[in-house]
Amino acid sequence: MAEVLAAADLGVLLGALRARGYRVVGPRVAAGVIQYAELDDAGDLPHGWTDEQAPGRYRLARRDDDAYFGYAVGPHSWKRELLPPRVRLWQASRDGLAVEEEETDYQPTAFVGVRPCELAAIAIQDRVFLDGRFADRDYAARRADVFLVAVECGSPSSLCFCSSLGTGPGATDGFDLALTELHAGEHRFLVRSGSSAGNAVLADLPTRPAARADLETAEQVVEAAARAQAGRFAAEDVHDLLLRNLESPHWDAVAERCLSCGNCTLVCPTCFCTHVEDTSSLDGETAARDRVWDTCFSLRYAEMHGGNTRPTTRARYRQWLTHKLATWEDQFGTSGCVGCGRCIAWCPAAIDIRAEVAAIRQEDAHAHA
Amino acid sequence: MAPLPYVVARKRRETRDVWTLELEPVDEAIEQIRPGQFTMLYRFGVGEAPISSSGDPELGFRLVHTMREAGQVTRGLCAAKPGDLVGVRGPFGNAWPVDTARGKDVVFVAGGIGLPPLRGAVYDVLAHRNGFGRVVLLYGGRSPGELVFRSDVERWRSRLDVDVEVTVDTAGHDWRGNVGVVTKLIPRAPFDPANAVAFVVGPEIMMRFAAAALIERGLPQESLWISMERTMRCGVGLCGHCQLGPTLICRDGPVYRWDEMRPWLEVAAL
Repeated sequence: MAEVLAAADLGVLLGALRARGYRVVGPRVAAGVIQYAELDDAGDLPHGWTDEQAPGRYRLARRDDDAYFGYAVGPHSWKRELLPPRVRLWQASRDGLAVEEEETDYQPTAFVGVRPCELAAIAIQDRVFLDGRFADRDYAARRADVFLVAVECGSPSSLCFCSSLGTGPGATDGFDLALTELHAGEHRFLVRSGSSAGNAVLADLPTRPAARADLETAEQVVEAAARAQAGRFAAEDVHDLLLRNLESPHWDAVAERCLSCGNCTLVCPTCFCTHVEDTSSLDGETAARDRVWDTCFSLRYAEMHGGNTRPTTRARYRQWLTHKLATWEDQFGTSGCVGCGRCIAWCPAAIDIRAEVAAIRQEDAHAHA
Repeated sequence: MAPLPYVVARKRRETRDVWTLELEPVDEAIEQIRPGQFTMLYRFGVGEAPISSSGDPELGFRLVHTMREAGQVTRGLCAAKPGDLVGVRGPFGNAWPVDTARGKDVVFVAGGIGLPPLRGAVYDVLAHRNGFGRVVLLYGGRSPGELVFRSDVERWRSRLDVDVEVTVDTAGHDWRGNVGVVTKLIPRAPFDPANAVAFVVGPEIMMRFAAAALIERGLPQESLWISMERTMRCGVGLCGHCQLGPTLICRDGPVYRWDEMRPWLEVAAL
């Protein structure tokens, strides 16, 4: 059953989560962007802020209302929590090569303000890290104690294309609580529970049952968000399209612009590639292994004793794009893209994944016309 | 997954820069490794490298790994002395489908450091010799001094039920054997292509030419298997490094049927 929470009572939700032992992480304005960081109270939320995004561009701007979640997505994603940029895997002592695995010390955490595209991204990383033959210990430990508060999207940016991929803007499952921020009339949130943990938290809140008008308004918010981004990306057949165009001259055209910096992979909520760093103490008695984020754009990523298997930017960009939109499906049974637009906003060369696919599609149509 | 300590029980120099380490568990052992599979070998404080098993599967818990001094980690591993400890994670990847060759001729084609990943399968086939037709090993190295497992190869060559041909790219006056690339041995190798299975390991370019020559002889693509190599950090399909098109080599490979891998090898720098 859906309930309605007054916007003024949003702090009660954060308090209820904290009372249940959760560390509360959500959006707040810092360093000129909306980041995910610990929240003390509802006043930390990006109240009245929005983001304006274009290829290679991200700016905060004031809204003319006091929305708490009136933006699309910032450069952070939840993988910072579940797959941190650096994690210690184990330590070893030279004596007996005794290896001690690092215990994951992760306080149960509530993610507040998870966009539907981000729910989809978490589900994708769950598949990678939990559903294979070998589950990742650290990811599993973090993921086990996460409480997800989704917020349906009412303010997609010009770069969003979740509706083309079916990953948003509405939240259908994979959350504990889902909120929809409503402005028409009283500023309030429609709240739905998606789990028994969600039910328990919802019972703590000063809500009233949702009226038909609340439900309709919430639907309109999501519909408008979907309408605003309709037709931005043609996803049909993209797997086969890309794999039959691995030698397209368009990869050379992208490579002329791509700086091979890896920003797209860092901001991507699903990119999961990691490198390991082995270190030893100065006296040589202990050693440790850390896992750190890597990017398929880095020089060393595909380096083997016989040379680099992807020596050019063309090869690296092609790897990234075809992995994201095609071979991810072969490897993990799902696309690797959720349509959040981060890779477009944070590309210093303003490369737009949608435009690159469209260019290949057009060329493919000509070639097969 | 953390490495388990193993002790270097024996160490043998194969060539100038290739060594074989025999490892025994200090305490807990990894699962029984099968020919074709690999482990991640850890040298304390230096790092890990994926190394194929080169051991006889009958050896049980004793691990045998043969490696060239190529980077920091393999140099560190090759410098390990008997009694030293190394870390082991694994076994990872899939094994040679030796059983698919039952009742058929078996053709092993190895280029250079490609023989170690095949050695366990050769041992396996010879241990059950009556279950197979003709057994052929074609082995090519850069020079006579760079041939690995020389005593094994010479012993197999002395058998009446194994056909072994060795060739080198370049040799001095004291070499009386074949000179030329290993793929040149395929046209006259004694096997029935219609009823054979081939296992091929070497540099990618060599595997492509070997596959072409085997198929030219009439071997069906479905009877041809290769072993792939890429950079690996985790060994368990989670770090992304070893992907090649639709596949993660540490998870789905390293052994592939030729027709499954061929389209991806044909695209340069994929």
